[in-house]
Amino acid sequence: MSDQKVVEKLKAKFFAEILDVVEFRGETTVTVKKERIVDICTFMRDNFGYNLLCDLCGVDYMGQSPRFMVVYNLYNIPTKQRIRIKAPVDELDANIDTVSTVWGTANWHERECWDLLGIKFNNHPDLRRILMPADWEGHPLRKDYPVQGPDREPYQGRLS
Amino acid sequence: MGIEQPTIPKTLGSGFVTTSLDKLVNWSRASSMWPMTFGLACCAIEMMATGAARFDLDRMGILFRASPRQADVIIIAGTVTKKMVPVIKTVYEQMPEPRYVIAMGACASSGGIFDTYSTVQGVDEFLPVDVYIPGCPPRPEGLLYGLMKLQDKIRAERNTFGAAIGVGDVIHNRA
Repeated sequence: MSDQKVVEKLKAKFFAEILDVVEFRGETTVTVKKERIVDICTFMRDNFGYNLLCDLCGVDYMGQSPRFMVVYNLYNIPTKQRIRIKAPVDELDANIDTVSTVWGTANWHERECWDLLGIKFNNHPDLRRILMPADWEGHPLRKDYPVQGPDREPYQGRLS
Repeated sequence: MGIEQPTIPKTLGSGFVTTSLDKLVNWSRASSMWPMTFGLACCAIEMMATGAARFDLDRMGILFRASPRQADVIIIAGTVTKKMVPVIKTVYEQMPEPRYVIAMGACASSGGIFDTYSTVQGVDEFLPVDVYIPGCPPRPEGLLYGLMKLQDKIRAERNTFGAAIGVGDVIHNRA
C-alpha cells in the first residue's frame, strides 16, 4: 500500500487529529495531535503492518511553541515501507501517552527521551533514567543545558 | 627515665644484600605485571591489538586477568563517564597492593575530545595514575612504551623487600 493510500486512510479515520502531511524526497511525515497517539499507532500497526518502531525520539525546538516534538519512525518489515509520525508536545504540559503497549521497543526509547529531554510518558511501566546516573538533575539534551555541565566553566574557544 | 622503646627501622637499610633482595622483588614484579582489563571504548581495541600476535604482550609477562583480585595494574582504556566512576572505584579497591594505574588514551588522561557534562575529565580526578599514555588511540607501540615506563618505575622503587616482610613502606623515587 503506497504512502498516499496510508495517509488517506489515516485521514479518513482520524480526521480531527491530523495537523500536517509532508512528503519530501520519498519520505512521508504526518504530524498529529498527541491526544490519541496510542490509537493512531495501534491503527498503523494493525491495519498497515508497521510492525517495527525504528526510532522514537524527541526534538527540542527552543523558542517555538510547542517546544518539543516526539517523532516516531515506523517501518513495515514485509513490504519495506517507512513512514514518520510526529506529535508536538508543549513545554508546560510535557507529557504524552506511552506507546510501549503497541511496540515493546518503545520502552527504552521513551526512557531515553525522558532522561535527556524531560518529556514524560503517561502509563509508562518503568520511567527512569537510562543514560545519565540515576541521581542526575536536569535534562542534558535540552537546548538550554550547558554542554560542559552545570558545574564547569563553558568552553572558551581556542585560546591560543 | 622510662623504659626506652626500641625504634622500628623505617627501611631495611641499603646494604648490598637488602638492595639485591629489593632488585629481586622489583624484577619479579616488573616482569609479570598482570593487568586488569578495563577496556571501555576504542582504546580497548588497541589494547587487544597489543595483546595479539604482532605486538605480543605475553612475551613481556603481561597476561590479562579478568578478576581484580589477581591483577597488579589496571589499564583504564577508554572514555570514563560519570556513571562509571563508582564501578571503577570498586574495582580498583578490590585490587591487592602493590597496584598501579595506567591511563591509556586521551579520554582516560584528560577527557579527550569529550568536554561534556557526562565525561570525567581525566581518570586522575579519582584514581592515582602512574603512567599516562597519550594518543587517540595510542598505537600498540605507544601502549608498549607506557608499560615499559611502568616497568622502569617499578624497578626504581626502594625497600620493596622490606615492605613485603612488613618493615617500613615502599619508597618511590619521584624523579
